[in-house]
Amino acid sequence: MLEFTEAFATAGLLIAALDPALLEIVALSLRISLSAVAVGTLVGLPVGAALAVARFPGRDVLIVCVNALMGLPPVVVGLIVYLHLSNSGPFGSLQLLYTPAAMIIAQTLLVTPIVVALSRQFVEDANSDYDEELRSLGVIGAAKLVTLITEVRYSLFTVVLAAFGRAIAEVGAVIIVGGNINHVTRVMTTAIALETSKGDLALALALGIILMLLALGVNAAASTVRRFAPRAAYA
Amino acid sequence: MHDLVLPFNGELTARPDPSILPLEIESLVYEKKGVRIIDEVSLRVGPAGCTAIMGYNGAGKSVLLRLLHGLITPTAGAVRWSGNLATADIARRQSMVFQSPVLLRRSVEANVRFALAKRGFKGRQLRARLEAILGEANLVALRHRPAAVLSGGERQRVALARALAIEPEVVFLDEPTASLDPHATGAIERILQRAIAAGCKLVMVTQSVGQAERMARDVVFVHKGRITEHTGTDEFVRAPRSEAARAFIEGRLFE
Repeated sequence: MLEFTEAFATAGLLIAALDPALLEIVALSLRISLSAVAVGTLVGLPVGAALAVARFPGRDVLIVCVNALMGLPPVVVGLIVYLHLSNSGPFGSLQLLYTPAAMIIAQTLLVTPIVVALSRQFVEDANSDYDEELRSLGVIGAAKLVTLITEVRYSLFTVVLAAFGRAIAEVGAVIIVGGNINHVTRVMTTAIALETSKGDLALALALGIILMLLALGVNAAASTVRRFAPRAAYA
Repeated sequence: MHDLVLPFNGELTARPDPSILPLEIESLVYEKKGVRIIDEVSLRVGPAGCTAIMGYNGAGKSVLLRLLHGLITPTAGAVRWSGNLATADIARRQSMVFQSPVLLRRSVEANVRFALAKRGFKGRQLRARLEAILGEANLVALRHRPAAVLSGGERQRVALARALAIEPEVVFLDEPTASLDPHATGAIERILQRAIAAGCKLVMVTQSVGQAERMARDVVFVHKGRITEHTGTDEFVRAPRSEAARAFIEGRLFE
């Protein structure tokens, strides 16, 4: 268990020294995962809310499928994005493979089903309470969706954090479409995978500790925003 | 305080459109999962005053109210307003107060403002209605309070303010004072009395014979999905025609 002691020491040293290589990797990790969560939320939230309210044939099947997609294996997503972006793929001419953009695309595909499935659940629960009241007030269609989303806004924090947790922690997709190129596409998880394969377990573990601190920091920040939001008392 | 606020019907009386009342249904049926909840019911609700809908739990009162308001669609038969099927415009001239009102997670004022904005009120007109109704419902002191922290009686007053703010011609009320204490009930009833005096039609489900006597000019008694009688309130209380209604009223005496 020597690795653990050494790992904590290494992690402490890396953080204390504000190691530029480390900072670069952390910054890229955050940039990619936050972008993916932003796009996934912008797309997934309205879709999830619409799915919560709409009634159409095959809806139940669609919900089961979306829920199942929450467990989509990152490597499979990586592979699918790889096939589309590689030179022989339909989007090969865009030359996106092994760029941060490709990694954002892959992580967006990973987190969008999470946002859709969880926001669908929250909005549907709210709708069962609000439905008659809103229809009585003449609030239907898109206006109803906006109202319901506004009403469950604090629950949606949890949705966004779940999506972020998924994105920041996955390695399978970003390593396939990003390629773990130093200074270009190396993120926390791919760096950990690399150091592990090189046998530098202490450094790998140190990076793992920093990754967990990062996730902790983002969650703490979100929680603080939520707690001190001026309208928190209205939740 | 009330002489400072606008009269409740400031614009109601000036409304150029003809009344949407009377409200009529004929042989209305509502079935859910093969169970007939409303069974060939016919009813005519005239303009003005308060019509009480009474009956035992599970008689179909709330379902009848939802059918009339257009929240659910009848299996057979139709709801007619002054001879016409409900349109968006007819729907805009009604509102409803639910037994357990759902308030938005916003301030009291924002809840009322929301209802006004959704019914097309804007600018000065919206602010005038907002101030008037907050005064009417005695909510001025609570206006910035989050709706989530209100007491039961306060919540019901907000729901009532929201329903009356939009200057409806008809308000449906589903046991608006159930589970409220006498003081809170009195406050609700005073607001409703003023709405009636201003020309608003109320259709109210209630379990309380006393409340029906205080508020309603006529009573519709619903039993097992059918209307067994529809008479003046005095007559209903003094000499109910059906056995079920007699037992219902006597139940109050033995309690």
